Amino acid sequence: MCGAPDQAVELPAGTDLTKETVLTGRVVAGDEPVGGAFVRLLDGTGEFTAEVVSSASGDFRFFAAPGTWTVRALSRRGNGESVLTPASPGLHRTEIAVG
Amino acid sequence: MSREDVLVTADWAEKNLGTEGVVFLEVDEDTTAYDGGHLPGAVKINWTTELQDEVRRDIPTQEQFGALLSAKGVKNDDLVVLYGGNNNWFAAYAYWEFKLYGHENVKLLDGGRKKWELDGRTLTTEVADRTATSYSAKPADNSIRALRDEVVAAIDTKNLVDVRSPDEFSGKILAPAHLPQEQSQRPGHIPSAINIPWSKAANEDGTFKSDEELTALYGEAGFDAGKSTIAYCRIGERSSHTWFVLRELLGHGDVKNYDGSWTEYGSLIGVPIELGAH
Repeated sequence: MCGAPDQAVELPAGTDLTKETVLTGRVVAGDEPVGGAFVRLLDGTGEFTAEVVSSASGDFRFFAAPGTWTVRALSRRGNGESVLTPASPGLHRTEIAVG
Repeated sequence: MSREDVLVTADWAEKNLGTEGVVFLEVDEDTTAYDGGHLPGAVKINWTTELQDEVRRDIPTQEQFGALLSAKGVKNDDLVVLYGGNNNWFAAYAYWEFKLYGHENVKLLDGGRKKWELDGRTLTTEVADRTATSYSAKPADNSIRALRDEVVAAIDTKNLVDVRSPDEFSGKILAPAHLPQEQSQRPGHIPSAINIPWSKAANEDGTFKSDEELTALYGEAGFDAGKSTIAYCRIGERSSHTWFVLRELLGHGDVKNYDGSWTEYGSLIGVPIELGAH
């Protein structure tokens, strides 16, 4: 993959990672990426915050804040979730296994 | 009013895709979603260019709305079924505009794109081609739309329902978490507003919760059924979802959507703002 753009870190122009807390990740079933999964961001109390659809390569992205977050994926391949605890702004990555 | 008057199920939609007099219209936050696959026969509406004026910050005029529906091939007496991604946010916004301009026979597809996709139902990339009509929109019914002065006057008087996420309500963040956060307006909420996130009204698959669950949800959050109501969010689309729940599903009489919402209110000079959770 040397030199290939990494979809997971493709951010909108002007995104300032010293200010924005970006949560990014990939939905996978085994080794395969799962595109078209509904990925929801839940806050530290389990409250729904946002939802996006994963790209063909299984990638998703949220703009959040430092704290505890759960990312939960619903897909035809199954459901799954993962927890992130960013302590500061920047790029924070995870992976959600479904099935 | 019952659910059947304002909602169709995915099963009903699947059986009526080609039915004469029924028009399926897709409205997505992601305006490219339709191009990647949509319900067979459905026509796309682009909310950024077609459901708002492209110069002034406002909804389309009566004439613009009529021209839009004419171009989409909608007749005045057609049953319009709206659906979309993101739990029908923008489909609900379109529904509100259809009602505002007097199209009575309009319904939402319960669960929108999400349930349709999770069910594994048919999607096509074939673009539907409908013959243009001469649709005549009615004058705007402003009994379902709140403007800023009315919102300020409603503080401590009407139900002000802030349907954004708790972090947007408290002022911790300014936009939903799938969008960049740098904005010009001040964070917080309108004083006396109660925070009932739109998401609490929907199941995980995007369908609406039952009337009993919805009544309990708003009652427990301090919604006063004896008062008039204004719902708001950031740009008026999530609050259309809640407006739909309160007026169309639960049958509350005087419910308005404040489409200016936080991007307007949070930019106004001199209006009161409250920070923090209740």
